[in-house]
Amino acid sequence: MNEVETYRNHKFDFENLFNQSEKTNGHVAPFLKTVRKNAAKTFMKKGLPGKSDESYKYLQLDSLFSQEYSYRFLQEIVHFDINHVFRCDIPNLNTHLIILLNGFYYGGKDRLIELPGGVKYGSMLQAAVEMPGVFQKHFSKSTAIKTDGLVDMNTALSRDGFFIYVPKNTIAGKPIQVVNLILSAKDLFLQPRNMVVLEEGAGLELVVCDHALSRKRSLSNSVTETIVGENAKLDFTVLQNDHNFASQINYHFIVQEKDSRVDTNTISLHGGLIRNNHYVKLNGTGAQNYLGGLYLTDKDQYLDNYVFVDHAVPNCYSEQFFKGVLDDRARGVFNGKILVRQDAQKTQAYQKNNSILLTEDARMHTKPQLEIYADDVKCSHGATVGQINEEAIFYLRSRGIPEKEARLMMMYGFTHEVISKIRINSLRERIEDFVQRRLRGELAKCDNCSMLDTNSLRL
Amino acid sequence: MLIIKDLHAEIDGKEILSGINLELKAGEIHAIMGPNGSGKSTLAAVLSGRDLVSVTKGTVLYKGNNLLEMSPEKRAHAGIFLGFQYPIEIPGVSMINFMKTAINEQRKAKGLEPIKPSDFLKLMRDKKALVDMDSSLTSRSVNEGFSGGEKKRNEIFQMAMLEPVLAILDETDSGLDIDALRTVANGVNKLKTPENACIVITHYQRLLDYIIPDRVHVLYKGKIVKSSGKELALELEEKGYDWIKKENDK
Ligand SMILES: Nc1ncnc2c1ncn2[C@@H]1O[C@H](COP(=O)(O)OP(=O)(O)OP(=O)(O)O)[C@@H](O)[C@H]1O
Ligand SMILES: [Mg+2]
Repeated sequence: MNEVETYRNHKFDFENLFNQSEKTNGHVAPFLKTVRKNAAKTFMKKGLPGKSDESYKYLQLDSLFSQEYSYRFLQEIVHFDINHVFRCDIPNLNTHLIILLNGFYYGGKDRLIELPGGVKYGSMLQAAVEMPGVFQKHFSKSTAIKTDGLVDMNTALSRDGFFIYVPKNTIAGKPIQVVNLILSAKDLFLQPRNMVVLEEGAGLELVVCDHALSRKRSLSNSVTETIVGENAKLDFTVLQNDHNFASQINYHFIVQEKDSRVDTNTISLHGGLIRNNHYVKLNGTGAQNYLGGLYLTDKDQYLDNYVFVDHAVPNCYSEQFFKGVLDDRARGVFNGKILVRQDAQKTQAYQKNNSILLTEDARMHTKPQLEIYADDVKCSHGATVGQINEEAIFYLRSRGIPEKEARLMMMYGFTHEVISKIRINSLRERIEDFVQRRLRGELAKCDNCSMLDTNSLRL
Repeated sequence: MLIIKDLHAEIDGKEILSGINLELKAGEIHAIMGPNGSGKSTLAAVLSGRDLVSVTKGTVLYKGNNLLEMSPEKRAHAGIFLGFQYPIEIPGVSMINFMKTAINEQRKAKGLEPIKPSDFLKLMRDKKALVDMDSSLTSRSVNEGFSGGEKKRNEIFQMAMLEPVLAILDETDSGLDIDALRTVANGVNKLKTPENACIVITHYQRLLDYIIPDRVHVLYKGKIVKSSGKELALELEEKGYDWIKKENDK
């Protein structure tokens, strides 16, 4: 059986891909087979989100998907030790490390790793086998918040990804860090599928780093389902640091029960095309959700954040705070929607998006939206798109700070508000450093990653 | 130190300064007074290099150099300081980082090494004490959420940190309560040496009780229409500007 299917049709041939995929299935739980088949059917009915989908107005998926990519149904056999080519260099960031290589858990069919206290992490494939109860209970459930064709596509085609389980009343000691590496001699299409489950009273700090290493084109359509039980706390930081040939569309679904708290910070430093979809359902009273985002884009990069927060029950809190700086011809999109259902009294929901355009050619489309059906709520939303405050630049210069430095200080100051929300100190400091170097136009890849030269690897 | 000759300047094609002449020597303090909109802040803007204002005619020599050719940061390196009438809030930029960068840039321009962190902290402490500034203010973003008075005090604090040769204080007294006014004025006086000079723009004679000017100028419609000793300020306080306006609108 083929490990790699290349499709070069001008039309994205999902059906063919799905059939190939099913043939390479190996032994899979019958339930999963059914879910996939249904998802495939749904996708074939819906297709890719098109122009009629308001949230995909600025992103032409057809042309993105009709390019030529290779597709892997199984883990690739690698000829090198990943630990030799990758070592995270964030100082003092002591983590449990999960590496995904081209969307597959690096470590093959290794069993899930179990930490004292019962925290388990590892491969999605493996979780389906080892923890069928948890897996089946949650797989493809949170996606009901609001879904589109790409999520169905992922459900139908995805094979692997990372899985993390934190049992009741357990706090994971060290942060867990997932590093998404893309390392391939061919242009690659990948569809990781991830799951994070926090049971009642559980606590987890999670860091996800995206690094496209090889200078090949890649398209990633990933789905992460995060289930947060009563009173559980999750701190989730995503660092997107890909190159300009990498395109990624991410779906992150978060379902929160009573009195839980989730903080996510999505820091987009680099990437040719990035679309982040954040879907949150506040499903138990007293739940709190913070979504923070920072985007720094230049050249012809495209950066798109879509947010949907569903206040389904009373007394919940949500805040979305996205900021970014766009240079050159970069384009940015922010679409935020807060839905406050009729029963969700005493809701507090705040949404803010601020962008700075550095050139006349940079573009930002922003659309914060509130849809409120309850009458006793506190909600606000606002968006600004502007230039750097020239009065402030003059103020700094009048104290002897050269213009270039003054502009950097202003940009950095602008981003600081978002970065300051990152709670893991060593990570925040590192991200501060990345952002400064990024704004200075210096290479901001983690050094150990940027030193990699894929030509030296036998791919 | 500063020689302004026949200075004309405009904003958006509208002439605001129409032939200013002024000479300031080391060790001197000059006060500039005048009705609202007469061009006082515009003059300060020209001297500090704000490009919103374009000079159409005239010259400004500072220590023998053509000031108008210098960038705002170069002027700061050469010792010019503007205390803003409306200090700018800069969210996300901390006072500490702002001051450290400013000091190090000025040191760099003089060929000096960056200041040692311990020296910097000591300098901050000393100067805060000098202008009696609340310690918590320097741990915040530049002017963000500062009260009107705190902003003005912060201008004097920055001046104390940077030790300029020529300080131009644009209505630093407005918005200060009586005690603050005294502290700020004291600060200015303590920083005064025979080598530096100061231009104080103000509406109130009160400030000049503390900072004694060598000369008082009245700016009206973009021109200095009267220059005299410090007694002029008292006369203005008593009579207002009407008599000056009448004299000049004839
Ligand atoms: N940015 C600007 N755009 C247009 N006109 C301006 C601008 N700045 C100043 N002016 C005009 O220039 C004139 C002089 O203003 P300036 O601020 O210098 O007055 P001032 O003497 O400092 O007044 P005040 O005592 O109120 O501070 C005013 O008529 C003002 O409206
Ligand atoms: Mg003024």
